[in-house]
Amino acid sequence: MTHEAGTKESMGVDPFERNWMIISVILLVVFFALITVAGFALGFQVPGVETRVDPETLTDSLPWSEPGVRELAPGRYEAYVVASQFTFDPREIEVPVGSEVTIYVASTDVQHGFKIQDTNVNMQIVPGHVSKLTFTFDEVGEYPYICTEFCGLGHAAMFGTVRVVQPGAGGES
Amino acid sequence: MTVPLVTTGYELAGTEKRFIGWHILVAVSALFVGSLMGPLQSFEFSGLDLYRYLDPIIKDYYQGLTLHGVLNALVWTTFFIVGFTNLTTLKGLRRPLSHPMVNKVGFWTMVVGLVMTAVPLLSGAATVLYTFYPPLQASWAFYLGLTLVVVGSWIEGYGFFLTYRAWRKDNPGVRSPFIAFAGVLNMAMWQIATLGVAAEILSMLLPWSLGLIDATDPELARTYFWFTGHPLVYFWLLPAYISWYGMLPKQAGGKLFSDSLARLSFWMFLLVSIPVGFHHQFVDPGIPQVWKWIHSGLTYSVFFPSMLTAFTVIASLEYAAKQRGGTGLVGWVRALPWNDPSVSAQLLAGILFMFGGIGGLVNASYSINTVVHNTTWVPGHFHLTVATAVTLSFIGISYWMVPYLTGKRLHSPRLAVIQGWTWFVGMIIFSNAMHVLGLLGAPRRTPLGQAPYVPEEWSGHLLRVSIGGGILLVAVLMYVWIMFKTATGPKADASDVPEVPIAESLRDPQATPAWLDSFKPWLIGAVALIVLAYGPQLVKQILDMQLNAPGVP
Repeated sequence: MTHEAGTKESMGVDPFERNWMIISVILLVVFFALITVAGFALGFQVPGVETRVDPETLTDSLPWSEPGVRELAPGRYEAYVVASQFTFDPREIEVPVGSEVTIYVASTDVQHGFKIQDTNVNMQIVPGHVSKLTFTFDEVGEYPYICTEFCGLGHAAMFGTVRVVQPGAGGES
Repeated sequence: MTVPLVTTGYELAGTEKRFIGWHILVAVSALFVGSLMGPLQSFEFSGLDLYRYLDPIIKDYYQGLTLHGVLNALVWTTFFIVGFTNLTTLKGLRRPLSHPMVNKVGFWTMVVGLVMTAVPLLSGAATVLYTFYPPLQASWAFYLGLTLVVVGSWIEGYGFFLTYRAWRKDNPGVRSPFIAFAGVLNMAMWQIATLGVAAEILSMLLPWSLGLIDATDPELARTYFWFTGHPLVYFWLLPAYISWYGMLPKQAGGKLFSDSLARLSFWMFLLVSIPVGFHHQFVDPGIPQVWKWIHSGLTYSVFFPSMLTAFTVIASLEYAAKQRGGTGLVGWVRALPWNDPSVSAQLLAGILFMFGGIGGLVNASYSINTVVHNTTWVPGHFHLTVATAVTLSFIGISYWMVPYLTGKRLHSPRLAVIQGWTWFVGMIIFSNAMHVLGLLGAPRRTPLGQAPYVPEEWSGHLLRVSIGGGILLVAVLMYVWIMFKTATGPKADASDVPEVPIAESLRDPQATPAWLDSFKPWLIGAVALIVLAYGPQLVKQILDMQLNAPGVP
């Protein structure tokens, strides 16, 4: 490309601006390193790829025909939750304190959300897919799980509760 | 040494001003109606349910929310941006559109699309929110109307590209004037970005709403949608940046600090705006964690041009303030023309945008995003970005642009200054409360006034959302009033009508390297990056497509 005579090309970066750019890049590299450590060394998880399902026939067969919580081994549980307008099935999940619970959620109709308050369990529930996360409940208490995606007129009423109890205190009764 | 860039030049004809004015009229009308819905939502949060009184017009919270999102985030922005890009193209290149009929066809296509979208929206047949996730189903007219709005914006884009090409042919080797270059770049980015939503609507949603196919693949639809959904925010933001870089310094009495870095940041936006969409799908099933992590890193990289922008814009403003006698490390800020409503609105928009940017880093983070995903933090965030950085800047721009286009005097500049501050204060209250509620776990898109799980400790924050929303309603009404009175006022003397403010560069723009003024390498780079960062997962999702989610009205 030609230029008008006498004009020399350069970026003309001010020294302050150069320093600012260097600091910006360092900041971003540090942030990226931190999330990489969180995700690959400290075991932080987001939902990934699981088996696909058919939303219309989801509850016809196991395990989705009998949603609920099951003990796999001492201290380890799995919970299957079916989301449909405008309820979660089951509405209550009870586990002893210290339990590691793997939660599977799938929808029979539209998109929903599944967020357990005060935990890192936060999932989009998309018809045709299973959303899965594992969480260890280290404190006794009630943790509401709520629908966080607009799913129709009754959306605001869609929630359930995880009860984390002392072993032997109530529970099976 | 400085050279005059564009101080004199092309005078717009009356027909050209009217054509741009139509865009702005539609935009402001959409903002007006859309913003009337916002306070209804915010009042609901503290238990004041006004929908029961509006029943035949607005049936429920979600219909109001859909109108609010579609009209404010999609219609107000798109019409304003395309109108503004007409102006930056003509004034920047100092010539008329090479094919004005192309732009006319584009504009009227957008208008037809808007009307077609409005009918189901207002009749309650498209209460699907502005993300329209299937399998919640809207009337076919909603999808077709939105398609026409986007196609119309494409067509107007072709008009800008043709005009730019004609200018380039006549001016080989000359650096393209910044405001024209940046506007054309934004429209080029938009063409690529909207391919996602075009694929979603044309291959799935439209045939499905017409009954030609029975069901959808909702996760594939989400991937298509967010291909467009994130660059959409840069499509909104870049015109505000054009004003901050290329106009605001002039209004403040200064110059653009660095032409070359201004261009570099725009090229980076073209390059990295699009291959970042999975950060909206961090908590989705069906997408491998590794792709989410890659997009998290790419999203961070978009932070870089925004950091460049912060430096250059603030440096330009400091230069302007010191020309006006300002002194001190930060004391110069007081020397800026805060009594100019156009300037003060944009300065206030920029201040809140810093907080929006910081919150955006949280959203972009693969890990801590989990805390805020699908909570009120997210609308709290984008009310700082699109609803303030963008919208309050567009309001500021319209304070000189509408007088310029109509040949009138701005109605009550004093009221206009107060309007900007009112928006600023209302948004601080509203947005802060939304962020805090999000951290406490409040879901977005939910009438929290009737949700059974809302704990007592949220009530103070919910009330602050309502108060902020009420103040914002006042700010919108002031704005629409000022626009109405300006447009219907008497013609003013030519000397009282503002000119289009176009900032010179401190350095000769001709010194900017040629590689910063050439579309081809950057467009190839942008497409290559999309193929690398989206290609494998997108192809996989298309090959694995299962249409098994039938529509739910």
